Amino acid sequence: MNFNDIYLLSPQISIAGLAILTILVDLVVARKKAVMLIALIGLIVPLGFALSLVYGFDASNDVLGVDSSSILSSSFSLSIFSLYFNFLVLGALAIVVAGSSSYVRDAGLPVGEYFGLLLLSASGMMLLVSAENLITIYIALELTTLPLAALSAIAMNGKSTESGIKFLIVSALSSAVMLYGMAFIYGLSGSITLEGISAGLSSVPLGTDSYQQYGVLLGVILLLVGFGFKLSAAPFHMWVPDVYEGSPTPVVAFLSVASKAVAFALVLRFFYVGLGDLDLNWVLLFAVISAVSMSLGNLLAISQTNIKRLFGYSTIAHAGYILTGVAAMSYVGDSSIGVSSVLFYLVAYASANLTALLAISQIGEFVGSDEIDSYAGLSKQSPFLTVALVISLIALIGVPPTGIFIAKIYVFTAAVDSGLMWLAVVGVINSVVSAYYYVRVIRVMFRSNDNSRNTAKINTGVLVKLAIVVSALVTVWLGTMPSWVMGVAEMAAVSLVNVVN
Amino acid sequence: MIEFNGLLTATVFLPALGALVLILGPDNRFFSRFVATIVAAGDFVLAILVFSLFDRTDTAARFQFLDQWVWISSDAIKSTYLLGVDGLSAPLVLLTGLLGLCAVLASLKITLRVKQYFIWVLLLQTSVMGVFTSLDVLLFFLFWEVELIPMYMLITTWGSGRREYSGMKFLIFTIAGSAAMLVAILGLILTQGDQALNMMISLESGFGLMPSGGVISLSLLFWLFFVAFAIKLPVWPLHTWLPDAHTDAPTAASVILAGVMLKMGGYGLLRINVGMFPEHIHSFAWILMILGVISVIYGGVVTVRQTDLKRLVAYSSVSHMGLVLVGIASVGASYTYVSVTGLTGAAMQLFTHGTITGLLFLCVGLIYDKAHTRSIPQLGGIAQRMPIVGIAVLVAGFGSLGLPGLSGFVSEILVFFGAFTAFPVLTVVAVLGIVLAAGYILWMIQRALFGSLPDHLSELKDADRLECIPLILMIISIVIIGIYPSVLTDVFNSGLEPMVSVINNMSVINIGLLGN
Repeated sequence: MNFNDIYLLSPQISIAGLAILTILVDLVVARKKAVMLIALIGLIVPLGFALSLVYGFDASNDVLGVDSSSILSSSFSLSIFSLYFNFLVLGALAIVVAGSSSYVRDAGLPVGEYFGLLLLSASGMMLLVSAENLITIYIALELTTLPLAALSAIAMNGKSTESGIKFLIVSALSSAVMLYGMAFIYGLSGSITLEGISAGLSSVPLGTDSYQQYGVLLGVILLLVGFGFKLSAAPFHMWVPDVYEGSPTPVVAFLSVASKAVAFALVLRFFYVGLGDLDLNWVLLFAVISAVSMSLGNLLAISQTNIKRLFGYSTIAHAGYILTGVAAMSYVGDSSIGVSSVLFYLVAYASANLTALLAISQIGEFVGSDEIDSYAGLSKQSPFLTVALVISLIALIGVPPTGIFIAKIYVFTAAVDSGLMWLAVVGVINSVVSAYYYVRVIRVMFRSNDNSRNTAKINTGVLVKLAIVVSALVTVWLGTMPSWVMGVAEMAAVSLVNVVN
Repeated sequence: MIEFNGLLTATVFLPALGALVLILGPDNRFFSRFVATIVAAGDFVLAILVFSLFDRTDTAARFQFLDQWVWISSDAIKSTYLLGVDGLSAPLVLLTGLLGLCAVLASLKITLRVKQYFIWVLLLQTSVMGVFTSLDVLLFFLFWEVELIPMYMLITTWGSGRREYSGMKFLIFTIAGSAAMLVAILGLILTQGDQALNMMISLESGFGLMPSGGVISLSLLFWLFFVAFAIKLPVWPLHTWLPDAHTDAPTAASVILAGVMLKMGGYGLLRINVGMFPEHIHSFAWILMILGVISVIYGGVVTVRQTDLKRLVAYSSVSHMGLVLVGIASVGASYTYVSVTGLTGAAMQLFTHGTITGLLFLCVGLIYDKAHTRSIPQLGGIAQRMPIVGIAVLVAGFGSLGLPGLSGFVSEILVFFGAFTAFPVLTVVAVLGIVLAAGYILWMIQRALFGSLPDHLSELKDADRLECIPLILMIISIVIIGIYPSVLTDVFNSGLEPMVSVINNMSVINIGLLGN
C-alpha cells in the first residue's frame, strides 16, 4: 500500500468520509438544511477526484504511470469502465440528494441518517464497480445494500418497515446464494481475483463429463441467481414492487437507478473478466432471463393502480431490455457493442427514471396518495411536474426525442449484430405493450379533476426543481445529441474488453 | 459531406420552437392563439418557399436544400441528421404547411385548455414535416414516432364520444406499426450495413440489386415496412382504427389526421417500399393491387351506409387511400417498361385527398359547431342557412368523386391509367369505387344540404369571416390543381422518375437473365 493506491481510490474514500461528516454535523447543527447542503456541496470533492483521475489516464490506460489494475494488492482496479460508473453514481446521487431536500423535511425523516446512509451506499457502489476480487466484491455489495435496506425502512411506518425488512431478507438470501456460487468458482479456480479466476478456470476440462465442468456450471448459475435479485430481473423480481411501494420515493429513485446500474457493472465485469474465457454458452441463459423480465414486467404493470408499484414492474421490464445488451456481449468476444449499449442504456434509464420518481415524490407529498387516479387534474395544479413526468414517461416508452429511444435502438442493434434477432423482436413487441400503461398515466394527468379535492397549485422547492430540470434535460439531450455519451460509453466498454484481451 | 442550407431545418423546427414558447409562456388564451397562428402562418410561408424555390430543371440535383450533420457516430449506429426534399416530398411539405395553418385557424374558437391544445398541434406539425423531409431512415423513424403522443392527447382530451377508447386504439395500432418498422430498420442495418440508412445512397439503386443479404430476409423487411405504412395509410384490413379516431377527434385533429398523417403512410410506401425495394415491389405488386381494390370497394360500400357525417368522410378516406395502393401497384406491369404515371397518380392522390378531405372535415366541423349534430337524418336543407359551407361541401364533394376540373379527377385518372397497364381487370373493378363515391357523396349532399330545413335548425348561422379563410385556401388549391395539374405533376414526376428507372433497369436485367 502506498500513496498512489489511496489516490486511485480517492473518490470512494472521500465519499465515505463525507458520509461520516454528514452524520457528525447532524449531531451538532440545529439547522437541518445545512446538513443537506453539506452532503450536496461535499459531493464536489469525490467528483473532483474522479475528474482528476480521468484526466490522469494516458494512452496506455495507466494513471500517473502506476499500474491501475491492481490497487491494494489486487483488491481493486481502476479503469475508464469503473470511472464511468463512478460518474453515473455521483450524478444520480447529486440529483437524489437535491431532489429529496423537501421530501425529507416534510416527511420528518431523520436528516443526518438519511443523507449519511445515501452517501455510504454510494461509496459501496463506487467500490463495487472497481472491486477486483471476490472478497472486496462481497463487502462492497453489502456496503451498497445494507444502507439501502435501512433507508427503505427509514419512514418508520408500517409500509416502510415492511419494505425494509423485505429488502433486507431478500438481499441476505441473494447474497447467500451468490456466496455459495463464489465458493464453487473459488474452489475450482483456486483464485479469488477475477483475472486469477479466468486463468484458473481455463484449465478446467470443459466439454468432457468431468465433475469440474458441472461444478463451474453450478457456480455460474448460483452467481446468476444472486445477481438476478440485485438486477431485479425475472424470475427474481417478486420483492421489487413491494419494496418500491413502501420505501420513501427518493430512496426508490436511487435504488432503481444507481443500485441497478452497479449491479449491471458487476455482472458485466464478472462474466466478461472473470468468466470471459470460459466456453460455456450462457448467452441463452441471459437472453431467456431478458425476454422473461421484459414480458413479465410489462404485463404485470398493466393492471397496477399504484404509480410506485407500476414503476416497480417497469423497472423489471427495463432490466430485461438492458439484459438484451448483456446477452449480446457474450457472442461477440472482441466487439464491445453489447457492453457499450448497456452502459448507454443505464445512463438514459437513470435520467428518465430519476425525473419520473422525483416528480412522483413531489406529487405524492402534495396529493397524499400514490394512486394513479389521484393524479387527475395535475396539469392544472403543476404544469412543471406534468411536463417533467410526460418527458420521462415517453422516454420510458422509448418515444423520441428521449434517451431511451436511442438506447433501445442501440441495445436492439447490438442484439441483432450478435444473432439475437428474436430477442430484439421480443423487445420491440414489449415496447408496444409498455406504451399502454405509461400513456394511461399521462392521460390521467390531463384529465380534469372531477371530485373537488385539493386543486391548489403545487409548489416545488428550488433545489428539487433544479434536480428535476437537470435530469429531464439530460433525457432530452441523450435523445437528440447522443454522440458524446455514446463515445464515452464505447471508451468504457473498450477498457473493459481490453482487460480480457 | 457537411452541407447546411437551413431552410428545411427552419421549416421543421419552427413549430417546435413555437410549442416551446407556448410551454414557457403565460397561460393566456389570446397569447396562445396568437403565437400558434403566427407560427403556423410562418411555417406555411416557409413551405411555400421550399416548394417554389425547388429547382425543377432537368439538370437539377435530385435532392435539394440539404441539411447534413453527423448525428450519431458510434460503432453500432451511424446516422446523419439529413434533411432534404426531392420532387416527391416538396409538394407534401407544401401540403403540410397549408393544412397546418388551416388546422390552427379552425381551432381558434377552442376554449378548453387552449395553451396545451396548441402545444400538441404544433408538435404534431414538426413531426409530420420531419417525416417528409428526413433522408435518413433512423431520423425518419424518430419523427414518425414523435407524432404518437400529441395525436393521442388531441383525441382523448379535446375529442368527443368514445374518445378514450378511440385514442388508445389509435395509439396501439400506430405503435404496433412502428414496432414493425423498427424491426425492419434493425434488419436493414444487419443485412445492408450502416450506409443503407442514408436514403440518398440506398435510393440510388435500391436493395434488390445489392449483392449482400439474402432475398428471403429482404422480403421480410419489405413486408415489415409495408405493415407499418399500411396501418397508417390505412389499408384494409388494418384500417379499423381510422373511423373511430376520426369520428372522435376534434376538427383540427381530423384535418391533420386525414390531411397529412395518412399521407405519411403513402409517402413511406413510395419512398421506402418502392424506392428501396424495387425488385420486391415489382414482384409483389399484385398483392398490393388486390389489397388496394378491396380497400377501394370495401371502403366505398361501407361509406354508403354511414349516417354520421364524420364517419362518412372517414370511411371514404379508406376508399380513397386504397387508390394510392392501386397507383403504386402499377409498377407491377410485367415485361413492359413501367411508366411513372401510376406512381404520380398515387402521389397526386395523396395531395388532393389531403386538401379535399381536409376541406370536408372542416365543413363537417363547422356544421357540427352550428347545428350540434352530425347525423345526416337530423340535417337537411342547411345550404339555405349556410351557403358558404354549402358551396365548400359541394366543391370538396365533387372533387372527391372525381369531377373533371377539380383536383380529384387528375389523381384518379392518373392512377387508373397507370394501373390499367399492369392489372386491367382489377383496375376496372377499382373504377367501380368511383361509382360508389358518386353515390355516397351525392346522396350525402342531397340529404344534408338540400331539401326542407327542419325546425330546430332555423336559427343556423353560416361560417363567419375567420372560418372562411381556411375554406377559401383549400378551395383555391383544389381548383388550381384541377385546372392546371402540371404545377404538381411535373414536380412529382421529377421525384418519381429515378425510382421508376431503377425498376426498369432491373427488369431489363431480369429479362436479360431469362433470355440467357
